[in-house]
Amino acid sequence: MTEANSLWPLLSTDSWANSLWPLLSIVLPIALIVGLLMLGVAYLTFFERKIIAAIQLRKGPNVVGPFGLFQPLADGLKLLLKETVIPAWANRGVFILAPLLTFTLAIMAWAVIPFDEGWVIANINVGILYLFAISSAGVYGIIMAGWASNSKYAFLGGLRSAAQMVSYEVSIGFVLVTVLMSAGTLNLSGIVNAQEKGIWYIVPHFPMFVVFFISALAETNRAPFDLPEAESELVAGYNVEYSAMTFGMFFLGEYANMILMSALGAILFLGGWLPPVNVVPFTIVPGALWFFVKIVVLLFVFLWVRATFPRYRYDQLMRLGWKIFLPISLSWVVLTAGVLVAFDFLPRG
Amino acid sequence: MHSIMFYVFAIIAIFGSIIVITARNPVHSVLFLVLVFCNVAGLFLLLGAEFLAMILVIVYAGAVAVLFLFVIMMLNINIVPFREGFLSYLPIGGLIGMILFAELVMVAAGWVFAPNMPAGNLLATTTHGIPNTEALGQVLYTRYIYQFQTAGIALLVAMIGAILLTLRSRSGVRRQSVARQLVRTKANSLELKKVPTRGGV
Repeated sequence: MTEANSLWPLLSTDSWANSLWPLLSIVLPIALIVGLLMLGVAYLTFFERKIIAAIQLRKGPNVVGPFGLFQPLADGLKLLLKETVIPAWANRGVFILAPLLTFTLAIMAWAVIPFDEGWVIANINVGILYLFAISSAGVYGIIMAGWASNSKYAFLGGLRSAAQMVSYEVSIGFVLVTVLMSAGTLNLSGIVNAQEKGIWYIVPHFPMFVVFFISALAETNRAPFDLPEAESELVAGYNVEYSAMTFGMFFLGEYANMILMSALGAILFLGGWLPPVNVVPFTIVPGALWFFVKIVVLLFVFLWVRATFPRYRYDQLMRLGWKIFLPISLSWVVLTAGVLVAFDFLPRG
Repeated sequence: MHSIMFYVFAIIAIFGSIIVITARNPVHSVLFLVLVFCNVAGLFLLLGAEFLAMILVIVYAGAVAVLFLFVIMMLNINIVPFREGFLSYLPIGGLIGMILFAELVMVAAGWVFAPNMPAGNLLATTTHGIPNTEALGQVLYTRYIYQFQTAGIALLVAMIGAILLTLRSRSGVRRQSVARQLVRTKANSLELKKVPTRGGV
């Protein structure tokens, strides 16, 4: 029970070295990442509105602050100050739990993301599986919200979303299997290191990258797969009954998941923190900055897709997931395994 | 710290599973079941079986329980008639419960560790420095390959059976055939007609 006791004597002389510093060294990076993530989400909404405005030849937010830069802060403040309305026949506990869950899971996943060589909170052996588990648990927030709202629109949105996320998880799973077969490890830093020795996996696994990206769009309920919140038929889908910060948490969670999926794509296929070419002008730039640039590029494609493509019909979405992506990714897994064995490319752990 | 975490996970798992069977609302039951899965995953983590922990969350919490929840929400079960047959099912339910309990007691009484297990490290997975995902893969695909493949085939058969039982072909349903849409050309779907004035087509 020494660990339990050591939490108490904060006033003793060596308490700093024994208990306070280890505690701080855990809490500070977490706080830093959560803070940066929230800032990232806020400015992602700004980025999104500006980009879509540019694509549609509009100006976008430009009133609050220089170039509209304070717009996300104003939006956040608005959400915080509004009243939270809970519908009369809602299942209160589940209704409030749903956005909390979505938000918490979206943040939890960042524990295993390596920002640079060694810049990771929890460098666990099964990093990829952890991310997969977290993202598969993400469906609960939506399905709980849909059910607890006691509203037809919300319920339909929740059901759609659950079926959609479960379907696309299958092909994401196979994409992850291909990458981890090539890398020979489930550790995310290990995957990036394997790409440092070999080649970025976008080159040999380009079809898988495409499958991953499109599945990521479906997994995060983004356009053109934003059927759960198809505004023209379901009003706003699973979050139609939510207001103020309960809505805000769904919103934050969804955008944090977008950033997460981009980060995952950058790690799996674009070499994480590695510079594109290993020569001088590129190697001076810190790895975390490369990682950031790659995330931003992928996020830009997310937004570009949203401004370009019309929404899928539901049966088309399911056909794409089960009848097109699943066979492609499954056969690519077999092909990769065959090539790795036949040419003796198997990574030696 | 380890033991504190063990008790936290274990207590939540036990109370969660009690609520699973006592909750009046079936949806709450499933949600507590998910809570139990997550806590059991935590227990696996404490044992050093990180692969099993993650697979438990992915498969059970992420897929199986979602489908449970899906079905239960769609059925819209009424809670009151749900409890009606309690007394009439009590004898047979009790009997099954007693048999299971007796079996558990027999298992618990006859429990011995394999004699060649090293002492002192009975619970932790001894993987000699390699990650237990790798260790699992090494035995699963070599020593237990036949059992593994048999299990796979059994599941495949079950899946095909379920599909076969529920598959029904309805007539009169308009389906999208992408191949047919793609082979349509301007020549075979569009005809330009010269319409004479005041003549009609």
